[in-house]
Amino acid sequence: MRPKLSTESGHVIRFESVGLRYGQRPEVLEDVSLDLKPGSFHFLTGASGAGKSSLLRLMYLGQRPTRGLVTLFGQDVATLPRDKLPALRRRIGVVFQDFHLLDHMSAMDNVALPLRVAGVSEAEIKKHVPELLSWVGLADHLNARPPVLSGGQKQRVAIARAVIARPDLLLADEPTGNVDDTLATRLLYLFEELNKLGTTVVIATHNESLVKRFSHFRLHLDHGRLVDPPPLRND
Amino acid sequence: MALRARRSDLPGTKDASTRFVPLLIALMVFLAVLALSGLMILQGLTARWERDIKGTLTVQMPVVVSGPEAEARSHAKLEAVLNILAETKGVLQAQPLPKDRVIALLEPWLGSEALISELPLPRLIDVTTDPYVAIDVKALAARIEAVQPGATVEDHRVWLGRLLRLARSVELLSVLVLAMVGIVTSATVVFATRTGLAIHQQVIEVLHLIGAQDDYIARQFASRTFIQGLKGGILGMILGVGSLFGLGAMARSLEGGILPEFWLTPGHWAALVLLPLAAAWIATLTARLAVHRALARMT
Repeated sequence: MRPKLSTESGHVIRFESVGLRYGQRPEVLEDVSLDLKPGSFHFLTGASGAGKSSLLRLMYLGQRPTRGLVTLFGQDVATLPRDKLPALRRRIGVVFQDFHLLDHMSAMDNVALPLRVAGVSEAEIKKHVPELLSWVGLADHLNARPPVLSGGQKQRVAIARAVIARPDLLLADEPTGNVDDTLATRLLYLFEELNKLGTTVVIATHNESLVKRFSHFRLHLDHGRLVDPPPLRND
Repeated sequence: MALRARRSDLPGTKDASTRFVPLLIALMVFLAVLALSGLMILQGLTARWERDIKGTLTVQMPVVVSGPEAEARSHAKLEAVLNILAETKGVLQAQPLPKDRVIALLEPWLGSEALISELPLPRLIDVTTDPYVAIDVKALAARIEAVQPGATVEDHRVWLGRLLRLARSVELLSVLVLAMVGIVTSATVVFATRTGLAIHQQVIEVLHLIGAQDDYIARQFASRTFIQGLKGGILGMILGVGSLFGLGAMARSLEGGILPEFWLTPGHWAALVLLPLAAAWIATLTARLAVHRALARMT
């Protein structure tokens, strides 16, 4: 696997006065400024519609900001040539809220996709992918296609795909939304393991009990603005 | 060892674009086979005409009126004309055509030999000239006319020139048809690729977001288009070559050699066999460029 790369300017993600709007609608993110250090672990919290998914989208280069400066791994994404973006994206693992799995591919091929795109050999793929799928409890579903998997199983495939290439940055949008508490905790431990190996982790979640159990930094969005996190509710 | 299909990240199921492309390419290659073979046959024919006619002249003596005296006079004039030709610089050989040869030449056009032999026929002299020596045909014609009024000298150049101009026009038309086939194939592949991109938007988005280079995605479409292009191209070539065999058989069945014997050389056949590959290659290149252009518009 690829060795961890340090960032030139000492941060993985840096936002300066970033704003985002879709079309002519009001801004969904306003003056967001943040700085995530390498190896940090953050929960991204906020009510539905607060802008969590939009913020993640800017982080995984799925969207360009309407204004402000976005720097990833020390590089200003606005001035970066287009052909340099894929290499940057390969350093990011993303768990999408709606999974974004390819229905015509088996669970194994879905998980193998980031490795194939990066040019990893088939021998390596055959070694690592079943191992990781077994770890997330899908050893019996290697050849199953997403349409026959349950919501929780799809989510685990999506998580496996996001972490298989050992990304420098892991972004997850509600990664535990469709799994029970036991598996959610287990998945969080996986994210923590990756974090210990140097991966910067940002997890958007509604699950306050999980946030409470794993004491990590919180980024809290309120109507598109980063604010001081409110106290967590007691279960 | 079992053959394994090359792995693709695109769904293998057939969609509108994958069904349309092979059919259209089959049609285009069919037209290209006809246009290219027509072009090659014409080039062969014109070369042969030029080769056959270059270095020849024909002298036509007036019709011989029957009667022994008239025939003796005509014979003397023929000898005189042959002498003039023999003295002309650049003439290698002058040979009067026997009557049965003249009849044979006219038979396809006028019917039975018995009927033609009844007709008053001109005497023809077949003259072979040195192609590297320029003969003043006008002066030669004047000298012959002085000996035998009504005699004409035909150097075929005017006739050949017209024929060659016509052949060149048809050749140009064939080249234009081939160019149009290429353009229409490219345009269709662009349209089908765009449709494919729209159909497989989700796959492309996922590949894009996990860091696939544009060329990685473009190669997926290109290799699929190559297979479709090759399938369609081979079908079109089979249909085209079948039609050529049919036309050849029809041409051979026409009696009297009205149509010149034509067929293709092994080199020509090789060019026709390469057409499906060429079509598949054009389609592949076009698909690749179309995907690159479409992806360049993505974030």
